[in-house]
Amino acid sequence: MKELTLKNLDDFLRGTAFLGTGGGGNPYVGGLMLRQELEKGINCNLIKGSEVDDDALIIPIAVMGAPTVIVERLPNAKSCIKALRKMEELMGKKATALIGAEAGGINGTLPFILSSYTGLPVIDGDGMGRAFPELQMCTFGVYGVNCSPVIVRDEKDNEIIVNAENNHASEMFARVVCMQMGTKSEIALYPMTGKQMKETSVHHTCTLAYEIGKSIREARDTGKSPLNGIIDYFKTSFDKRFCKLLFEGKVTDLLRESTDGWAKGTVKLTSLSDPNQEMVVQLQNEFLIALVDNKPVAMVPDLICLVDLETAEPITAEDVKYGQRVNVIGVSVPENMRSKEALDTFGPVPFKVWDEYIPIEKIS
Amino acid sequence: MQIGVDVGGTNTDGVIMSNGKVLVSDKTVTTPNVGDGVFNVIKSVLDKGKISADKITSVMIGTTHFTNALVERKRLQKIAAIRLCLPASDSLVQMIGWPEDLVQTLNPVKFFAKGGYEVDGREISPLDTDEINKIVDKISKTDVDSIAINSVYSPLNSEMEEKAAEIISKKLPNVKISLSNAIGKVGLIERENATIINAALSKLAEDIVEAFETALKNLNIKAPLYISQNDGTLMRPEKVKSYPVLTFACGPTNSMRGAAFLSGIEESIIVDIGGTTSDIGYIKQGFPRQSAVATDVGGVRTNFRMPDIVSIGLGGGSIVREDGKIIGPDSVGYMLTKKAKVFGGDTLTTTDIAVAKYNLKIGNPELIKDIDKNIVENAKKQITKLLEDSIDKMKTSSQDVPAIFVGGGTIINKENVKGVSELIIPENFSVANAVGAALGQVSGEVDRVFHYDKLGRDKTIEQASIEAKEKAKEAGAIEKSIEIMEINENPLAYLPGRSVRLQIKAIGDLENI
Repeated sequence: MKELTLKNLDDFLRGTAFLGTGGGGNPYVGGLMLRQELEKGINCNLIKGSEVDDDALIIPIAVMGAPTVIVERLPNAKSCIKALRKMEELMGKKATALIGAEAGGINGTLPFILSSYTGLPVIDGDGMGRAFPELQMCTFGVYGVNCSPVIVRDEKDNEIIVNAENNHASEMFARVVCMQMGTKSEIALYPMTGKQMKETSVHHTCTLAYEIGKSIREARDTGKSPLNGIIDYFKTSFDKRFCKLLFEGKVTDLLRESTDGWAKGTVKLTSLSDPNQEMVVQLQNEFLIALVDNKPVAMVPDLICLVDLETAEPITAEDVKYGQRVNVIGVSVPENMRSKEALDTFGPVPFKVWDEYIPIEKIS
Repeated sequence: MQIGVDVGGTNTDGVIMSNGKVLVSDKTVTTPNVGDGVFNVIKSVLDKGKISADKITSVMIGTTHFTNALVERKRLQKIAAIRLCLPASDSLVQMIGWPEDLVQTLNPVKFFAKGGYEVDGREISPLDTDEINKIVDKISKTDVDSIAINSVYSPLNSEMEEKAAEIISKKLPNVKISLSNAIGKVGLIERENATIINAALSKLAEDIVEAFETALKNLNIKAPLYISQNDGTLMRPEKVKSYPVLTFACGPTNSMRGAAFLSGIEESIIVDIGGTTSDIGYIKQGFPRQSAVATDVGGVRTNFRMPDIVSIGLGGGSIVREDGKIIGPDSVGYMLTKKAKVFGGDTLTTTDIAVAKYNLKIGNPELIKDIDKNIVENAKKQITKLLEDSIDKMKTSSQDVPAIFVGGGTIINKENVKGVSELIIPENFSVANAVGAALGQVSGEVDRVFHYDKLGRDKTIEQASIEAKEKAKEAGAIEKSIEIMEINENPLAYLPGRSVRLQIKAIGDLENI
């Protein structure tokens, strides 16, 4: 993908929802905001990380808050622009390009929304390769970029700059501010050089999102199985990922609860071909681990995606409902999301879902 | 005795019920002026049953008229849309992503104004009376006579929308105002879309309700009139005049509830076969399972409560092709009695197949006595397969479940299909929708964010349930019949105090049933 236009928007959004692995906020609202701008004839340039000078300033932009709040208090473009300008002011330099902090969910759309207003190009990559719920769960930070300063701001021009001792503390203080702002803030964070961006990003995730969305659509259009569309795509995709259908089932139980500020829950699926076979998917904003007979078949940070059985449309955790027939797809993540440092930050241990990380291709 | 009427696109059906029994029923043709069709069918059932109008205690009407008006882009009004949100939620203007022809039909005037709430109930900013008055001045210079008002988080607090409406009504007393808090749930855009659709239907709503009222008056029926909502409960005419959009999708809901009632089964698959399509749904406790995903109406995304149904192109008029290997999805529709072979036409339809297969006495069976047996068998197999596939989609477990077949097209399948434990075709199957309308109950609802830290979960739910029951009583339900139908808890991530969005619905029978 070289640019985001009205033509490839829907494919991109579908892929963004897929990479959200159930969380990250539904990209629907972000998609409408993009459509509104792209309809004016604007296209957003997407550039490869390698095209940027080492000393360029790259600024990640995101919306922080609860997905359930963001559907009422929509992300605010003006506030995003001001966050960007404030970060440039603090860095004493103009930004060369934007980058997403998170490829999945609504934050996958945010750099493009800002790009449509500012003309800045977006870098094909991000800091999560999927969606995660906290600011420190980011490859930028894992590989040494400081999350602070974090510009946390809202439409009323309340603007708090968080400078914290480490990335975890940045998350903690920014979260408190965000809640005071109504549980929705525009943030700029992890300011970095071109060199840092090249070394710490998960690369090509915008193109990946677009191509996943496209593979689903093309399969539908040609009467092929959309599920096979996804699986076949990963066989030949540019960054060679392992992808497998983990389960084909029907949602037979659904438990949601709110614990420690998380939307936690369990989805139980019963196999369509063998009623005695069950899968349990645990979620904490995102789908974190999938178990069959109490044995994991995929776990975070590998992607666990629920898609509609017929259409392969990605399903967010909020939209999972009793009786739904779904395919559960597992996809491996790039090596820089599987290093010890990365797993210590966003692997199964910090999420408390399993005591060691087992890569999906070794279990399945 | 109560009368149930279902006004569909093709037929208007009516029943008279008493003590849980269908006394008399009839089917008539829907007329261009809906009031006439309602008059005709009620007159017909009264005459047939030799029942005098003063014996009737209530009249319930379900109508697809408003949905059709939107889908056909007919009789819609020009509207103004005001969002109370500033300085927040202004990066997306109203009606983005709507079909272009619908936007042109409504020709909207759009405004953003200060107001709205935060998730914790704080004001984003106070309502600015001067600002609203300036908007009123601008609207008064246009030909707009219906306004949609939507405030951020109005489902948590309706006060600001109501205050804005009051200011507008003072200056523009004849303008219709639709408030989002009465229409949709959390989800600013989807709720706003539904509110705008509602505003566009408000003149039509007055006309339709008046037509119904006139029909009853001309029949000397003095019993109160109720109109079906999408969730199987009823509204008074005054409310329909203000909130016509709440009638959307009441058709499938009514036929599913009617089917449950007629068969006496509370949990089952329902297959409603019409002339062109079949709707397959699922009932639990006699009520349809609701769809959890956002629903498109006439190309517009909304967050209505809709029954969870699968629609397939299979009905009594579906065209049979390729030696019976392909059925539909197109149909001869209301032309069945002219085009089907048994009626002397030249099109092979599913009805012809049914007549041949089951020796039915419909039309003139002689006309198809030479039909190739293979075609009949192929077509029958295909009909069964279409039904099996969609029934399987609606089941929540792999166990066989009963299936109730209703609707005029039911004749096309008389055999058990895979996945179904028992196939039930109840008496009066063809008027299940009108029976469903007659069964309508009234409801009361609570949908807000609660903090379990204050009273604990059980106590909070208990208090909210009492509030919902109280609302059902206000809507006319008999106290002892009121029960809690639905409790939904949705935890709000990141919020303190164990915040949960709690949706509780209480329902009860009307006093005069």
